[in-house]
Amino acid sequence: MSKILVVAEVSAGKLKKTTHSAISFARLAGMPFDVLVVGHGVGAAAEELRAYGAGSVKVADDARFANYVGEVFAPTVSEAAKGYSVVVVTASSFGKDLAPRVAARLGAGFASDIAGVEASGGALTYKRPMYAGNAIATMQVTTATQVVSARQSEFEAAAPSGGASSIEKVAAVDAPLAGRVEFVSFDEVKSARPELAEAKVVVSGGRSLKSAEGFKTVLEPLVDVLGAAMGASRAAVDAGYVPNDLQVGQTGKVVAPKLYIAVGISGAIQHIAGMKNSKVIVAINKDPEAPIFQLADYGLVADLYKAVPELTDAVKKIRAEG
Amino acid sequence: MKILVPLKRTADPDNANKIKIGAGGAKIETTGLEPKANPFDEYAVEASLRLIENGQTKARNAGDKLTVVSFGPKEAATNIRQALAMGGDDGLLFLSDDESLDGDLVARALAKVVEQQKPDLVVLGKQAVDGDSNQVGQILAELLQWPSATFAMSMELSADKKTVIVGREVDGGVIKLKLTLPAVISVDLRIVAPKSVANHVTPATFAYPEGARFTPLPMIIKAKAKPIVEAPLASLGVDASLKSKYLSFALPPARKGGVKVKDVAELVQKLRTEAKVL
Repeated sequence: MSKILVVAEVSAGKLKKTTHSAISFARLAGMPFDVLVVGHGVGAAAEELRAYGAGSVKVADDARFANYVGEVFAPTVSEAAKGYSVVVVTASSFGKDLAPRVAARLGAGFASDIAGVEASGGALTYKRPMYAGNAIATMQVTTATQVVSARQSEFEAAAPSGGASSIEKVAAVDAPLAGRVEFVSFDEVKSARPELAEAKVVVSGGRSLKSAEGFKTVLEPLVDVLGAAMGASRAAVDAGYVPNDLQVGQTGKVVAPKLYIAVGISGAIQHIAGMKNSKVIVAINKDPEAPIFQLADYGLVADLYKAVPELTDAVKKIRAEG
Repeated sequence: MKILVPLKRTADPDNANKIKIGAGGAKIETTGLEPKANPFDEYAVEASLRLIENGQTKARNAGDKLTVVSFGPKEAATNIRQALAMGGDDGLLFLSDDESLDGDLVARALAKVVEQQKPDLVVLGKQAVDGDSNQVGQILAELLQWPSATFAMSMELSADKKTVIVGREVDGGVIKLKLTLPAVISVDLRIVAPKSVANHVTPATFAYPEGARFTPLPMIIKAKAKPIVEAPLASLGVDASLKSKYLSFALPPARKGGVKVKDVAELVQKLRTEAKVL
């Protein structure tokens, strides 16, 4: 029988929201599914996952999985995937690293970073953005087992559906490569703001903010009054104004929030690829010819140093009025 | 040390919004777009050169070698030649139609090339900017059973050249992995930042210019004499069947052009009453 294995993502034992997008994929594909959790100290995460309608929640809990290393995870995931027709993981940096490894180990075809799934006549058909989102391919994987990574911004996080899936222990499989790859460190960028890929509102800044100080004094007040995530163009990241992981684009994060505000961003193709599916796009730029205005729902040609503080004050006023 | 860099010929990514879809959605037409080396692969060439030279003196480390390999049409030789002008030593081109290739087949073919060439390191772009799949490095590493790192933004080669510490740019920060060679590394944008590659030969104080290096005329002329061996893909003896099939292509739904607002007050009013997002 056709069945899907959803691979959960955990970080320091905590379930990541990316997992819920992969569950959405499974529901849309319309096949029964199980969830696999690989990590260390993931009891609570597994417990949480029992409420999503999975046949079972499979758990590989082992000290060797304390930090993600592809070579260490892939053998266990591949072993657990045997007997499934589809293995799905969300295309976060975890999923992008892991999925092709699992496909290779299973001799399976791989559909990367898909934006849609349709079930017809027992086969799954996928939509895949290519050329930085400038073309959408309709494609199928032709092997008996297939591996898929799903784009988080295109699969809304699944809500609990009730019930209590059974929990099933899975043994950790030895990784022959473990001795040749050593986890050294994880330098985490800590932020009190929502994660870019999960935020309902994203405010992004470009090189026109001119410095890290510009982001801090001009952009951040607007970000925070909106409860938004902060993003940036590649130019701003390359210039060192903000950390790399805030980059929105073909490289970097793909986001589709309810509201995306682009401040001082001209709209290079690579940036547009990362935000054009946002519901409402606002662009503030002093260059009326900036390509970003071609896709913005609301464009304001203005000096950002004047317009952004004004906008921040206006939102503050609205919030104060409730 | 021997490094193999796979390089793909792609349509100019800076004009990707000018691609067209052929009749009936049968194929993506890139006519009129200049074919260029995949930028991430170009960064792989740059980063590899930084591993095997003294950045300050530009002297190459004795015995080290960089081979560039491509799969595709005859014309891809031009793109290999550019990588040789940057400093690559020789090239391999396995001839095939682009339509007959996918990431899985390329990874399997690369595994054969690695068997023949026996590099210590395969360095490649994290994804090609046409297919945007991000898969070849990972699949290749599994096929070879070599350790690997994706999303590389820094590399630090040990003095004995036996290990490399790779900084991986991941969600929420940077993970560092120490790989024992031979290994596969797929690189991200930041691998060409001024101090992203260290090799115990280039002085720690030395900073490269941002990005892939320019190729001055003498290097271009010199590259003309460097060997590029062409052979049919079939000569590698790999099963050419693909594991996926593309049924059709379409342009993404166009976004309706929006309106320009005259000031912040109008913007706020529209966001509240029309878009209802404030």
